[in-house]
Amino acid sequence: MSDPATALVPAATLAAITGPGVLQLVIYLAVLLAFVKPLGWYMARVLEGNPGEAPLGLGRALGWLERGIYSLGGVQADAEKRPVETGWKPYAAGILVFNALGFIAVYGLQRLQSVLPANPAGLGPVEAKSAFNTAISFATNTNWQGYGGETTMSYLTQMLGLGVQNFLSAATGIAVLAALIRGLSRKSAGTIGNCWADLTRSTLYILVPLSVILAVALVSQGVVQTFRGPARVALIVPLSYSEPVKNDAGEVIKNADGSDQIRTVEVTEQSIPLGPAASQIAIKQLGTNGGGFFNVNSAHPLENPTALSNFLQVLAILLIPAALCWTFGEMVCDRRQGWAVLAAMLVIFVPLLAATYALEARGNPTVAALGVDTTANLGELGGNMEGKEARLGVANAALWATATTAASNGSVNAMHDSFTPLGGLIPMWLMQLGEVVFGGVGSGLYGMLMFVIVAVFVAGLMVGRAPEYLGKKIEPFEMKMAMVCVLVPCALVLVGTAVAVLTPDAYTTSNPGPHGFSQILYAFSSAGNNNGSAFAGLTANTPFYNIALGLAMWFSRFWIIVPVLAVAGSLAAKRVSATTSGTLPTHTPVFVLMLVAVVVIVGALTFVPALALGPVVEHLQLVGK
Amino acid sequence: MPSSPAHATSSIFSPATVRPAIGSALAKLDPRVQLRNPVMFVVWVVSVLTTLLAVAGFAGMGEAGGYSPALVLVIALWLWFTVLFANFAEAMAEGRGKAQAASLRKSKRDVQAKKVEGPRVEGRGPGGCRTALVSGATLRKGDIVLVQAGDTVPGDGEVIEGVASVNESAVTGESAPVIREAGGDRSSVVGGTLVLSDWLIVRIAADPGSSFLDRMIAMVEGAKRQKTPNEIALDILLAALTITFLLACATLLPYSISAVMQSKAAEAASEATPITVTVLVALLVCLIPTTIGGLLAAIRIAGMDRLVQANVIATSGRAVEAAGDVDVLLLDKTGTITFGNRMASAFYPVHGTTAEQLADAAQLSSLADETPEGRSIVVLAKQKYNIRERDMHALGFDGTPASFVPFTANTRMSGVDLPVSAQYPLGRQIRKGSADAIDAYVSRMGGTPSVQAREIVNEVSKRGSTALVVADGKGKTLGVIELKDIVKGGIAERFAELRRMGIKTVMITGDNPVTAAAIAAEAGVDDFLAQATPEAKLKLIREYQQGGRLVAMTGDGTNDAPALAQADVAVAMNSGTQAAKEAGNMVDLDSNPTKLIEIVRIGKQLLMTRGSLTTFSIANDVAKYFAIIPAAFMSTYPSLGALNIMRLNPATAILSSVIFNALIIVVLIPLALRGVKYRPVEASRLLGHNLLVYGLGGLLVPFVGIKLIDVLVNLLPFWS
Repeated sequence: MSDPATALVPAATLAAITGPGVLQLVIYLAVLLAFVKPLGWYMARVLEGNPGEAPLGLGRALGWLERGIYSLGGVQADAEKRPVETGWKPYAAGILVFNALGFIAVYGLQRLQSVLPANPAGLGPVEAKSAFNTAISFATNTNWQGYGGETTMSYLTQMLGLGVQNFLSAATGIAVLAALIRGLSRKSAGTIGNCWADLTRSTLYILVPLSVILAVALVSQGVVQTFRGPARVALIVPLSYSEPVKNDAGEVIKNADGSDQIRTVEVTEQSIPLGPAASQIAIKQLGTNGGGFFNVNSAHPLENPTALSNFLQVLAILLIPAALCWTFGEMVCDRRQGWAVLAAMLVIFVPLLAATYALEARGNPTVAALGVDTTANLGELGGNMEGKEARLGVANAALWATATTAASNGSVNAMHDSFTPLGGLIPMWLMQLGEVVFGGVGSGLYGMLMFVIVAVFVAGLMVGRAPEYLGKKIEPFEMKMAMVCVLVPCALVLVGTAVAVLTPDAYTTSNPGPHGFSQILYAFSSAGNNNGSAFAGLTANTPFYNIALGLAMWFSRFWIIVPVLAVAGSLAAKRVSATTSGTLPTHTPVFVLMLVAVVVIVGALTFVPALALGPVVEHLQLVGK
Repeated sequence: MPSSPAHATSSIFSPATVRPAIGSALAKLDPRVQLRNPVMFVVWVVSVLTTLLAVAGFAGMGEAGGYSPALVLVIALWLWFTVLFANFAEAMAEGRGKAQAASLRKSKRDVQAKKVEGPRVEGRGPGGCRTALVSGATLRKGDIVLVQAGDTVPGDGEVIEGVASVNESAVTGESAPVIREAGGDRSSVVGGTLVLSDWLIVRIAADPGSSFLDRMIAMVEGAKRQKTPNEIALDILLAALTITFLLACATLLPYSISAVMQSKAAEAASEATPITVTVLVALLVCLIPTTIGGLLAAIRIAGMDRLVQANVIATSGRAVEAAGDVDVLLLDKTGTITFGNRMASAFYPVHGTTAEQLADAAQLSSLADETPEGRSIVVLAKQKYNIRERDMHALGFDGTPASFVPFTANTRMSGVDLPVSAQYPLGRQIRKGSADAIDAYVSRMGGTPSVQAREIVNEVSKRGSTALVVADGKGKTLGVIELKDIVKGGIAERFAELRRMGIKTVMITGDNPVTAAAIAAEAGVDDFLAQATPEAKLKLIREYQQGGRLVAMTGDGTNDAPALAQADVAVAMNSGTQAAKEAGNMVDLDSNPTKLIEIVRIGKQLLMTRGSLTTFSIANDVAKYFAIIPAAFMSTYPSLGALNIMRLNPATAILSSVIFNALIIVVLIPLALRGVKYRPVEASRLLGHNLLVYGLGGLLVPFVGIKLIDVLVNLLPFWS
């Protein structure tokens, strides 16, 4: 099925598509793919290793810490001092307890930050419902932000609460994926791993080292990393404005003639928020978290200052999710399987990336009608530049928008709300696909593997074989769990949006009509798929959204993790069927096509009516004018 | 079951089958019946709802901004048709089964049984027991009955005494009588069959209602509706899709209400109205997988029906599906791969005898030998050396007939003694037999056993053949005849076909490994098990299963029973013992060991039909969106009309989609009953092919179909 967006682009001028723009996208994909094998191989070694074992000397360097964590946490060990593996139920219980504790910690830190240290700006406690929302958001790897970071969170909350959860929620994703892969590769086994070991090892040997490297690289580009409070800087051109004078009660003081009393305010300096940003941004990108240190995320010059920092960050978004495909192939001892899944992701991602770029480069017809030149020429990036950084331009904004929604990252370097209707439809639809095109760290691949189960089932029937994947028979139980994983996010998005549009308080959109509807749909697509990006126009820091989106994030995360682990347990216990010439191979282009079709068709059929009432109608109204 | 496949496919929609099916389709509107199929139950519920909406409309309480009550009623009718067509498909499939069951039932009329009462003197047949006439229906497992010529066997059982010829045409459709006897592999009898000669004493093996015929009737009637795990998994997929579309459609109402509020707020004069329930319901029915949901039962019943037409009885649908997955097939050599008997293939003369002379002598010695081996020697002599068959009486002289020496277990030779004649002044004696027996004979006649012949015998044995040595009465060894196992014609091609299906063939034989290897190579099987004992067979099956393979096996003997019980798909020959039949999960009434190829094909077809129609059903939805969404939101967002790429009349687009959705079920009934064609090619190519036909086809067909229906619907003046 062709993407509905491209089908609707008239063959008009694609005004601002430029050679360098296209080249940047090509280079990006090439560099990303170059990292897949080495990083994938490394992660496989980490996930299969015993305590103190990790390649590149990291095991020797950090093994003491790993063992220390196990003994401190009282992790049961066998005679050879390896953590004892468990079945899927204890594993799932461990993951749930661990994440619940994470939620409590983040909530507590926010509420108590005013009395805790590392709060140079003297910020007060975060409002309860907002804190609830944020705590779930960071525990579920969503990083939806209803607040502005620099004006809400103390440094301690940012680092110990949000920063730590950035690591641990990503580690949760990797751990669950590792358990599922073991379920697929083991024969007649009762265990799928030890969740504490998986969490510890993926944090210690994968996320921390990569973050350190990226943070240092980002600091070199000028991303701030400091504990100093906001810097006060003299304005180059002082600014003055008038405002009514108010008394202590906030009432405007009147002049004798009844008019407002006005005073002129002279501004000579500004306050620039600083903080330990680089370290948090590194993991925000690598862990597909996306929660920015500053409110405007990576559109902020101190969060994303240069072209190189932009490239590194957008690379980091897809780095681990793409490489995990190789890890998967490596761990099931059939690398072709990993390539096939990666190929399916790319087959969806690349056309959508190209379409987003084309749509944004084409610009906004309303703007063009005003006589504004939106073509790219010397010194002008061209295209639809509303809401985009002049430093970065359309190509980078399109790349980031596609990557951040393909992966469940959610960080932004441009405001998706200001994209053209169809240009904004693509990021929204990428989330609605269930965050399985790359998706979150670990969660993207385990979500995709649930779609693989569905694809294998239908494909198996079509060739007259009882469906099996990697030799494991797909039976009613696996099917039930896979369908829960597919259904839960769809239901959360559709029902959440339906409740919101009927709640008068929830219409806090910046626009009426279809665009306002898109903003609400986008918010629930984001929360219901643990992405965290936002159509900025929606005022989401309201009691309704804090609670509704918070619940959506929680259910979407754990109502998928538990069924995935159940599938892992059920598959691990199965025998492995031998491969014969009658077996349906799952690494062939035909199967990749089948998988793509299942993902795209389920995503399209579920959301076409909703999308038609939002971005599609908005687009048609725009071009119809 | 004499109905031929040709008959079955040519007349799917004959009045005789359609008429009862229509009645049955109406009867199946009972919600309790519908509840079994979640997809169709949803259609049933919304059909009721739409009918009520139409009634409300006629009463002047219709939906705001909705269709005229007449149009709502027409949509409601077509929704009912959707349910009815699905019921009709199921009824059609059941009808075909019922016809067969009816003919089976005729042979199941109650018979009088001669039940043996009191003590029985074994070995004295009818004379050794006292019988009483009872109704066959009162017989229980373990009862003993006497069946004599002209009697109908009152129930399934095992012959414990006697030999008789039995007409089993009631079960197999084959009227040639078969021999049933106590002991050995031909000891089971089936209730309803007719004893033609002699008598049998039978121990009844099944209680009433669980006999063979009962099982067959139950199967063809589709009474056993236990779903297979695969069907349950598909049901889950379809139910989940139904829920998804239910959500997508149900949430459209709030979205639409909100959109209307928004446009009213922007423009007070706006005439926008929210989407009506009628339209939502129509959209829902078009989206949920009604095509596969409606045909699922028909596909299952038709699959079992195809099996019955192939003269195979399965104990469960699961066994049929498993057959599609078979990886390894174990086959008995004798009777399956080779003919039951060996045949002469070459003459090897020794000591200066010419080949013609040897052939001539061999032929003379075999003229009266009516065994297949003996006949084959005569045939070979004629084929190779053009020695025509002589009349036995012409070999006599002066009234002294030629005397033939038959084979006995004692002499282990056979031959001929020709009287003194002009041609043979001293008369002539020829003997053929095993090397040891002939050597002894030669010594007795004053000759020396031939070393050269012995060498040839050893060589022949190495090739997997049997050697017969020929000598004459002068103590002279003439040569050796090679008797070979003859591989059945076309069997190698069948094995090649199995290989393309991805099935490995393993030959099982009691022969020594050398012989077995030679035959295996000739037949083209992938592997063999020589000197097979029941334990070795069982072990082999277990090994394959440990390696993750699904094993199929055919067998007929009691000693096959353990292996049959262990195999995943076990086809017992109807001619085999009761023990074998009980151990297997299928019985082949034709007792044709290569029937498994047919069974595998049927199993695969069953799954493929399900998969292909599921894909088709889902792919259809794309076009339906393009038809319904623009029409549904005409009043709120006229610009969505741009999506109306089929250029349908917005007033009838939804009706046309609903009509298409209902009619496609009827159109696909023949495919559901016949099954999707299976070709033994690589799985990946098969998937590509079916994706193209049912995936891409499913994407495109409704665009054409809905447009066509819309054009036809608009020819009626009713809408304008």
